Amino acid sequence: MNFAPVILSLKIASVATVFSFLLGNLFAYIINKKKIPGKNIWETVLILPMILPPSVMGYLLLIVFGKRGPIGAFLLEHFGVQVVFTWVGATIAACVVSLPLMYQNVKAAFLSTDPIYEQAAMTLGSSEWRIFRTVTFPLAWPGVVSGVVLAFARALGEFGATLMIAGNIPGKTQTVPTAIYFAVESGKTEMANALVLIMTIFSFVLILGLNAWLKKKNYY
Amino acid sequence: MSRIDFHVIKKLDIFTLDVHCGFDSGVLVVRGESGAGKTTLLHCIAGLLAPDAGFVSIDGERMFLRDAENAGRGAQIDKPARARGLGYLFQSYALFPNMTVEQNVLYGIRNKPEYKDHTRRKELLDYAGYIMETFGIAGLRRKRSTAISGGEKQRVALSRAIVTKPRLLLLDEPFSALDEETKAAVYSEFRLFKERFRIPTILITHSDAESEMFGDHRIHMKAGVIV
Repeated sequence: MNFAPVILSLKIASVATVFSFLLGNLFAYIINKKKIPGKNIWETVLILPMILPPSVMGYLLLIVFGKRGPIGAFLLEHFGVQVVFTWVGATIAACVVSLPLMYQNVKAAFLSTDPIYEQAAMTLGSSEWRIFRTVTFPLAWPGVVSGVVLAFARALGEFGATLMIAGNIPGKTQTVPTAIYFAVESGKTEMANALVLIMTIFSFVLILGLNAWLKKKNYY
Repeated sequence: MSRIDFHVIKKLDIFTLDVHCGFDSGVLVVRGESGAGKTTLLHCIAGLLAPDAGFVSIDGERMFLRDAENAGRGAQIDKPARARGLGYLFQSYALFPNMTVEQNVLYGIRNKPEYKDHTRRKELLDYAGYIMETFGIAGLRRKRSTAISGGEKQRVALSRAIVTKPRLLLLDEPFSALDEETKAAVYSEFRLFKERFRIPTILITHSDAESEMFGDHRIHMKAGVIV
């Protein structure tokens, strides 16, 4: 049994979730708590990867991060980083497709928190950053955790866009979903079964644990 | 002796709030039916909402200023809520549910620049301890703010609002959520608070009895104006 796809999948999903967490919180705060022009447009752009077919997302990422793409060329020239057909590309794909889930959960969590607590903190002399750190974020925490878990699960299961931008290079860019696909295609049923079992158990435990924790974590 | 003056003009859905008032120290009681604009008035004074025009001043210092000719444009002066040095007790108390009683009371103190200075910090913490003792909540320090009774919440919220030594205290129906038995005890504590701390206060209430008991000055509002 080759565990390389499992380890690589966990690595990609973890890094993608970290970025998704930071960007999701940042965008949810700016779009929903600040007065900025074009809120609806920004929000639509953020949620688009959830609606678009993965192959379309993968193709768009190829255009942007390819060697001649605007960001791909910049990264290669200034940092020597190649995105296409590397684990970095797979991570970007996983981050982009998991970001809408993170954003939606964090947004719902921010909006469901009664603004009176933030107002109370304001009258007590708190800076905006301290209000976010001590009031907004802790009260939204259960929703944020829910977003983290769902984003991680989505990143772990990413297939279409990953295949387009990172390919299926064993030991380099082959993740569990792509490994399953190619195992089935080449008749390696045992390998496919084992990977499917691992993914199913892992996802089951993750969601079960989250639900149990969320039931306990209730401030109100 | 402190002097509080304000003139708040703000267009609301069904009427325009237009309240011009001033008082020297003591407690100003604002009475009126629900929906008369009392809470909006407090929000404007606290800096949680910006009036369309008017001013808010404490001891001559302008917290907010927007002349009538500037209505619809930016205010000439608009200190953010955090810089006004006011205490605000919300009707629902708004105790932070993710914190203990002590963390709630100390929240405002920790925002003060003096808190970074070791000696001054001790003074601030000693004062917070004194306030908690005075209001009988010292024994609740480690309790979650969600795990205490309504009367205790009211005392914690009042302690949190006054521990920063505010220049003006805003109380939005502080007794309305209490049952009759608790109210009697809290009234006597509030009388003690009023005599001991002498912080200029604006108190919103529906109750004639509370107005009589605590008010040094009184106004009655209806549909956004003083009647």
